[in-house]
Amino acid sequence: MHAIVLTALAACLQAQSTAGAVALPAILLGATGLVLGLGLAVAARQFAVQKDPRVEALEKLLPGANCGGCGYPGCSGFAGALASGKAEPSGCVAANAATISALAAEMGVEVSDKVRRIAVVQCNGGHSAATAFRYDGPRGCASAMLVMGGDKLCRFGCLGMGDCVAACPFGALSMGVNGVPAVFPEKCTGCGRCVQACPKRIITLWPIDRQVVVACSNREKGAVARKGCTVACIACGRCEKACPVQAITVSDNLARIDSAKCVNCGLCATVCPTGAIIDRAPARPKAYIDSSCVGCTVCAKICPVNAITGELKKKHDVDQEKCIGCGLCAPKCPRNSIRMVGALSYRKEGA
Amino acid sequence: MSPAILISSIVSSGSTGGGSGFAQIMGLVIGGILINNFVLSRFLGICPFLGVSKQLDSAVGMGAAVVFVMAMAGTMCFALWELLLVPLGLQYLSTIVFILVIAALVQLVEMILLKYSPALYKALGIYLPLITTNCAVLGVAVINKDAGYDLLHSVVNAVAGALGFCLALILMAGLRERLEYSDVPAALRGKPITFILAGVMSIAFLGFAGLGV
Repeated sequence: MHAIVLTALAACLQAQSTAGAVALPAILLGATGLVLGLGLAVAARQFAVQKDPRVEALEKLLPGANCGGCGYPGCSGFAGALASGKAEPSGCVAANAATISALAAEMGVEVSDKVRRIAVVQCNGGHSAATAFRYDGPRGCASAMLVMGGDKLCRFGCLGMGDCVAACPFGALSMGVNGVPAVFPEKCTGCGRCVQACPKRIITLWPIDRQVVVACSNREKGAVARKGCTVACIACGRCEKACPVQAITVSDNLARIDSAKCVNCGLCATVCPTGAIIDRAPARPKAYIDSSCVGCTVCAKICPVNAITGELKKKHDVDQEKCIGCGLCAPKCPRNSIRMVGALSYRKEGA
Repeated sequence: MSPAILISSIVSSGSTGGGSGFAQIMGLVIGGILINNFVLSRFLGICPFLGVSKQLDSAVGMGAAVVFVMAMAGTMCFALWELLLVPLGLQYLSTIVFILVIAALVQLVEMILLKYSPALYKALGIYLPLITTNCAVLGVAVINKDAGYDLLHSVVNAVAGALGFCLALILMAGLRERLEYSDVPAALRGKPITFILAGVMSIAFLGFAGLGV
């Protein structure tokens, strides 16, 4: 049988040497592939495994970026964890609110309210930071880091070569004109790839509804920090004193904001002498007092900027120019007469 | 021509070289496992050697999968070479045909593992489909072809080579498990120390060259 086939094939090869030389390998490869393919098809039937149909349904709903921000190996890993109840729908950092509620609906669970976290670069040095030497090596922060920790005089600052920009799977980072990467809050999913990519470890994930950030990571003493960079935190402690809610502490010569306590008032940013604290709020809410005010003066006492004035037992007023929208007065009012009007952007997108 | 005669003709067709049958087979076994170790002497299959050698369990599983694939690949590639490629004068197609066979075998192994050992399937991860591109598997098919081994010698060579791969992988996994608890300088932690370890193991295996089988 085999010999007959071979003889026939060889005859075919001899009869049409040019055509045969092309056709024969093609036939041979095709036939081999066909036989192996059929074998695999039979094996697939034989060794078929029942999959949880929910896992496939969930995986289809997920963004499919395989960013790993959830802590599982890719979207299929996260879908598996979701189906087995090990993860929550909100664990997917790349999904928007609609996707998360779709996931929750598929699983028949409630969506837990969690504020989205986005990447924040804790350095604003860039071109304002002095260089110690000229770096001519390969581009890339990781490479630059190998040469005495980079060319910047400040040991903590951004090297500005965009390893984080390259690492971002969502295009949410770009190198800004000032030499430090800028984050686009709408695109950032908080997957944390940039946090890992930064050799200086100066990118953190920060709640999107907290608008005031310390854009410096320098832990040197004030004089040393100032020498390396004009916008460094010099640990003067003025922000610490200005904060009406004690959300800022200066430790290791660096101001740190506790995002759980911060009320977005932005007072610290106004007192910072070097501009190391950045207030990113495009607009702030303002306090308004309605006619139910009985003039108890509680709000006037608590206001950190003395924006509320009024005589005792008479309706108080808010100086809209002075009000910084910290919202400290509203919960203190015994008559519930104070309304915060207007909102910080991004706040509603939270979930 | 009946299949039995065909096989016997194939078995006797390959050049057997010097030495008696049994001694030669023992030589192939010792040679494949120790002297010409695929990983440590021929430097083939380095990818899973470094990738799946973090845990002893997955290393053993990977080794077993590679033994299966290599034994099957050695047999099937030999059959295709002797029965199709040589008679048709299409020897130049060997690489692509061999890869075709190996890819199909790996798919089969993947299905079997997913069915009977999902835990191992997960532990092996991406390295399981990567057996397809494990150069040790293609290597053994090509070596068999170039050396002109007959069916028996081809299979023995493939199994011995795979066992050698297993040995290297399992030794490495054992060493790396110990390495986890040792005080490695920060700059060498992870891959660098693993490469140094692989080099030292390779030098150690160089000593087996003195066996001279």
